Amino acid sequence: MQSGFITLLYKELLRFWKVSIQTILAPVVTALLYLLIFSHVLEDHVEAFPGVSYTAFLIPGLAMMSMLQNAFANSSSSLIQSKITGNIIFVLLPPISPGEFFLAYVIAAIVRGLAVGVGVFVATLWFVELRLDHPLWTLAFAVAGSAILGCLGVIAGIWAEKFDQLASFQSFLIMPLTFLSGVFYSIHSLPAFWQTVSHVNPFFYMIDGFRYGFFGVSDAPPHLSLAVVLASLAALSFLTLRMLARGYKLRY
Amino acid sequence: MKAIEVRKLRKRFRDVQALDGVDLDIAEGEFFALLGPNGAGKTTLINTLAGLCLPDSGSLRVMGFDVVTDYRRSRRALGVVPQELVFDPFFNVREALRIQSGYFGLRRNDAWIDEIIARLGLKEKSGTNMRALSGGMKRRVLVALALVHKPPVIVLDEPTAGVDVELRQGLWEFMRELNRDRHTIVLTTHYLEEAETLCTRIAMMKQGRIVALDTTGNLLRSVPGRTLRLRLAPDRLPTAIAALHAGHDGLMRTLELRDLGQVGSILESLRAEGISVQDMEIAAPDLEDVFVRIMSR
Repeated sequence: MQSGFITLLYKELLRFWKVSIQTILAPVVTALLYLLIFSHVLEDHVEAFPGVSYTAFLIPGLAMMSMLQNAFANSSSSLIQSKITGNIIFVLLPPISPGEFFLAYVIAAIVRGLAVGVGVFVATLWFVELRLDHPLWTLAFAVAGSAILGCLGVIAGIWAEKFDQLASFQSFLIMPLTFLSGVFYSIHSLPAFWQTVSHVNPFFYMIDGFRYGFFGVSDAPPHLSLAVVLASLAALSFLTLRMLARGYKLRY
Repeated sequence: MKAIEVRKLRKRFRDVQALDGVDLDIAEGEFFALLGPNGAGKTTLINTLAGLCLPDSGSLRVMGFDVVTDYRRSRRALGVVPQELVFDPFFNVREALRIQSGYFGLRRNDAWIDEIIARLGLKEKSGTNMRALSGGMKRRVLVALALVHKPPVIVLDEPTAGVDVELRQGLWEFMRELNRDRHTIVLTTHYLEEAETLCTRIAMMKQGRIVALDTTGNLLRSVPGRTLRLRLAPDRLPTAIAALHAGHDGLMRTLELRDLGQVGSILESLRAEGISVQDMEIAAPDLEDVFVRIMSR
């Protein structure tokens, strides 16, 4: 690994850290608002998992949703801004390989995702005491989930030629997949058809597996969730690397 | 050694053949100009050298390194000043230079960064965010970014477009100095007098092809004749020399001569008709004349 990679990673981390109110604090506040509203309305009406309060159930889902959305936002916004302002050439001119480019953007996305996730947990500490039965599972899903969304962010950032196209990617793909993945409910509470639909949504496995790390209970077997998440990550990494190696929409 | 070697390079963008079989060698240590009208293919050629564009066919080498198969070494050997004023709004000047240096694997490069900051008159602005800089200052930073890894080959794509005289002169003085240190300099410019003054060799491009390639001296000599400008009293031309008349700017008449030997006979025929010469200028063809002649072929 050449040091161009280290600098690109550092630059990507510095980029979001310099605007951390927007990139970390704002999503934490948004998650907190979701928590306040949904827990207030549904706390006494829903028990998603036996012996787990709705607020406790909701927090990991909200944390994961925030991580995924921000991991996506990090790589996609960095790339689209660089492309539109033209400063993308500063990373295309140096001897940085497609693999280094890929890793720098995806790792920065993971770091931002984890920073937002930690922020959500810290902000919700005094709402409810959370169990953490399997911390390594939690960490594995947090990292892999953020990596998947980091990859999707790179793909979207490279593909989109204007902010409007990126917003479409976010509104019509990322948001529906996130909201229909069991953040706010257990999929067992859904009708059979929607349960089946949920099982083809990889975001469901990310959130379900992440939640398993906390409560030791999940809608799908955690090994299956991990396999789906890792397979999705491998497929998207392959696609992203192919795009970068071919210079798709970057090197004409 | 060849600093740049281009062979049978072709590149097409949809229905436009941007590069149509370009062959070009630039030796190490040359100060070289790439000229041509807008859309001639100059920037595409530069972008292909830099790896920003991928060739359809043909090959390119920078300091002997193939830009596709050995891109790490070819990109280390090349510094490019882009035509557009691009910048990263998240960083100040020094941060931008340190980051760019790091991309090239140079993480302890502060001494050189200090030097180029000083040479390009950026000392006062080194802590200023890129967004807050004027256009001229942004242009200086682009030059600094291209030089930050001390590349042996420096390509400047219209670096003086829209910049003031002071920066222009300072920039060319710096480039001359780098050229004396064996750096190869390639520039594109629409200011042809810059190319004429600075460059030892010139290529002219038109519709994706190189249509002229020679030393600056040979190109200038390729256009025969002289231009003679006269202010006459009374302001009229004898019939004998009327065929040489090429224009009148309201004050002076312009005559196109095949060679200097015609001046004597022109003055004689003016004297014979009682016309006095109040002012006279003789000019050799400049690069602009050469450029216009070649482009109109």
